[in-house]
Amino acid sequence: MNPQQVYSSLVPLWAVVVSLAAVLFILLSSRRPNLREFWTLAAGLAKFGLVLSLLPAALRGQTAAADLFEILPGVRLALRADPLGVLFALVASGLWILTSCYSIGYMRGLKEHKQTRYFAFFAVCLSATMGIAFAANLATFILFYEILTIATYPLIIHQETPEAVRAGRKYLAFTLSAGVLLVAAAVWTYQLTGGDLDFRRGGLLAGLPLAAGTAVPLFLLFLAGVGVKSSVMPLHSWLPTAMVAPTPVSALLHAVAVVKAGVFGLVRMAFFILGPELLRRFRLDTALLVLAVVTILLGSLLALRQDNLKRRLAYSTVSHLSYIVLAVGLLSGPALVAGLLHLAFHAVMKITLFFCAGALAVRLGRENVSELNGVGRVMPWTMAAFTLGAVGLCGLPPLAGFVSKWYLGAAAVAGGRPLLAGVLVLSGLLNAAYLFPIIQRAFFRRGEGLAGRKEASAWMVVPLFLTALLSLALGLYPNLFFDLAGRAAAGLFGSL
Amino acid sequence: MIPTNAPALTPLLFLFTGLLIPLAALKLKKLAYWLALAATALASAAALSNIFRVLDGRAIHYHFGGWPPPIGIEYVLDPLSAFVTSVINVIALIVLIHARRTVEADLPEGKRVPYYALVMLMMSGFNGIVMTGDFFNLYVFLEICSLALYGLVAVGDRKSPVAAFRYLVLGMIGGCFYLLGVGFMYMNSGSLNMADLKAILAVLGPRPGIIVALAFMLLGFGIKMALFPLHGWLPDAYTYAPTATSALMAPIGTKIGAYGLIRVLFFVFVLQFITQTVPVATVIAWLSAAAILYGSIQAMAQDELKRMLAFSSIAQVGYIGLGIGLANPWGLVGAVLHILNHGLMKACLFLVAGNFRMKLGHSRISRLDQEARRKMPWTTAAFTLAALSMIGLPPTVGFFSKWYLAWGAVRNKGWVFLAIILLSSLLNAVYFFRVVERFYLRPKQKGEEAGRTAAATSGRSEVTVSMLAPTLILAASLLVVGLLNAVLVQGILLKFLPPGLAALKP
Repeated sequence: MNPQQVYSSLVPLWAVVVSLAAVLFILLSSRRPNLREFWTLAAGLAKFGLVLSLLPAALRGQTAAADLFEILPGVRLALRADPLGVLFALVASGLWILTSCYSIGYMRGLKEHKQTRYFAFFAVCLSATMGIAFAANLATFILFYEILTIATYPLIIHQETPEAVRAGRKYLAFTLSAGVLLVAAAVWTYQLTGGDLDFRRGGLLAGLPLAAGTAVPLFLLFLAGVGVKSSVMPLHSWLPTAMVAPTPVSALLHAVAVVKAGVFGLVRMAFFILGPELLRRFRLDTALLVLAVVTILLGSLLALRQDNLKRRLAYSTVSHLSYIVLAVGLLSGPALVAGLLHLAFHAVMKITLFFCAGALAVRLGRENVSELNGVGRVMPWTMAAFTLGAVGLCGLPPLAGFVSKWYLGAAAVAGGRPLLAGVLVLSGLLNAAYLFPIIQRAFFRRGEGLAGRKEASAWMVVPLFLTALLSLALGLYPNLFFDLAGRAAAGLFGSL
Repeated sequence: MIPTNAPALTPLLFLFTGLLIPLAALKLKKLAYWLALAATALASAAALSNIFRVLDGRAIHYHFGGWPPPIGIEYVLDPLSAFVTSVINVIALIVLIHARRTVEADLPEGKRVPYYALVMLMMSGFNGIVMTGDFFNLYVFLEICSLALYGLVAVGDRKSPVAAFRYLVLGMIGGCFYLLGVGFMYMNSGSLNMADLKAILAVLGPRPGIIVALAFMLLGFGIKMALFPLHGWLPDAYTYAPTATSALMAPIGTKIGAYGLIRVLFFVFVLQFITQTVPVATVIAWLSAAAILYGSIQAMAQDELKRMLAFSSIAQVGYIGLGIGLANPWGLVGAVLHILNHGLMKACLFLVAGNFRMKLGHSRISRLDQEARRKMPWTTAAFTLAALSMIGLPPTVGFFSKWYLAWGAVRNKGWVFLAIILLSSLLNAVYFFRVVERFYLRPKQKGEEAGRTAAATSGRSEVTVSMLAPTLILAASLLVVGLLNAVLVQGILLKFLPPGLAALKP
């Protein structure tokens, strides 16, 4: 990071801390649900406001820095709100507000138990996500990454059914294993650099003369470390299992915060630790591309076979996350910009679909695709939003998904790999194949047992419709994210 | 006056209190506990203030009776001994605050006074071992604390005499090995003073007699620290001893052996001797790696919480041994930091086990369920935090121990050791998570309910403040010490590194 563009500010720290502080208030007001939900919403608005206040500087390419104390010799617990971090934080904190509203509708609609625990850990997760977004070095990153791992667990097992407990164990087995591999990679990096773990543009390890025997295992450790959360195949299988969690958890954490923390971590490792030079030298970019292509196609194919709506969406997430992996693997500025756009846009679209799935489950008790005949007639707003989100995921204009996919394809062609653009087209078709039948069932088939059923409560419908509109708006006016992603990618590859 | 005799003060304070307690108890039995507590508090304060005396890296020497070494006995306060005495005294203080109720519950009235007297003797032994600069004097203190510990274990439940006997036999063997080592050392060098020996050994070189002496001393310390495969006495002793004993012994007892190992290997012998001439460091590293795996796997199979923690201790001693065996600055820093970290974690966990025994009447894992959490939310929360620390998740202390040890392993290109350290976190996750999952997710068991009255099973019944506060202080310290570990490492731990290792520092 260019030293002239770094200014000292505690705002990133407050953005992390605000929801942790809210946890205390949430726990204290567990007997008064309305007050408790007020704290969640207040923390969400405060957090979003804080991140927004970082935005103008980030758009100018400046970085807010908050340095705390040393946690390892020579390494500080430090936060840096660089454009890349602000982009991720903006998406996560913005969607948290909508998810909180939706959670209120969902949890109360289903009369769920232990709502205090639910809202408390949700707030912890968001703090950890902000920490990941703003982490200035690998130690800080790992700290928040592991907190996110642990804080998500109580949300996954929320139902406390045997199935949920099994899913929780599987989740922990995957993510804790990934955590130790990431620690191994970090320790190794620490040794190689002689006690430096800072994220540095172009790669912390870029200047070191590493042999293949060091670079390749190190890359694999990093990849496995962040690959589980970004659900790169074959490390993806915890994600569909984790769908037993309440739908808002699947929506925000398993479409936005947790999995995007994984791909965000991949971006950090690839461009701020290892560096594009090193990846290219040892042809590790090819490895990333192969993994991404396999995951994109297999994920879509597996999604076709799922009858459970949330599992279908989960496989879709698996496949879409690898768009970003693909963008990283292309190792070029335009590709990274497209990947970061997809990080934001996929979040908005996928959260819409999950919200819709949750609304259907709450109002109609239907979780399988085969039961969705005719639901569009009774829940027109929900299914209209679903349609918008689905069209966007397929990458059709004028929705947001089109923008990111178009630029990704263009970057692939420009990078001399036109076949990858073909993969994207094929994946778009597969997306249509697993999403459009749902719309067709909902609107054009006659359903049973729907008489007298109505739309879900406003707490749920308003957020899901807002996210649907947002995916349309971002498709028409993607400039903000374009500029931010451009700033984030600037200087990573020499010339953009 | 005080600064020069600071090294001798803490062992003598405990020795004196140990003698005073039976006398004072003739007047008033209650006095025994308060005297023990006051002595430990005083010793903790002295030990903590000693740290500041040696922060400049210079040692304070005290010559007993005014006899200069190597003729007389010398006590040395250097950064390492200041750090280790602080750890053992502060942890003992916290555990003793907790101990009042459990000792009342575990022991009949008549045994309480001698119990506290023995605790004082044990503490005197621990402090003496750490402070002394003389190998024979170290043996004396080793036997003082071992003898006290046999008694402290034996007053436990029905099976404890057998456990204590087993401990006695193995402990005696360990003591004899050590004494033999000291004898050989004296035969070959004519000195027993550590600093003096360092100078003599540098001239003598690797004579067979010296190597034999080293081997015997290591065996002795190995048994005392329960380094695999010399751990046989530990599981039973920890399991059947009274709560207070196991909570004192587990965090502190084995660490003394580890401390002795560090003193002998790095402060008497030169680095080249232990890594190349006679590669004992490598042997210790591999044994420790085996200990980590063995302890963790055994811990998974245990049903009794205290026994699980005992096997976990064997694994954690393996961490310390591994750090020593790596024989590089970061491994050693990790090992010494883990003496503190593991002390805090294990003390916290054993106090939790004690709290369960107090309120639920047992600490069997298979009988724990949500009811335990509903009754004792704070105790179970402390356990959960300590479990996360044992797994090694940041920002708890466990993560940072793991970090320095892993760094030491990477420095030596010891990839197998790195893999074992990391695998061990996952194994820890398996056996601790098994318990934590029961607190939060296991519905109340039907069979249990029938056996009790409705009043006993409903409502919150957390332990009293004098038991809860120590548990929570230890749990909170896991976070605080974790976040401040860089201060500790740079402020104290890097200062004690022996000259040979300090040169390797990056």
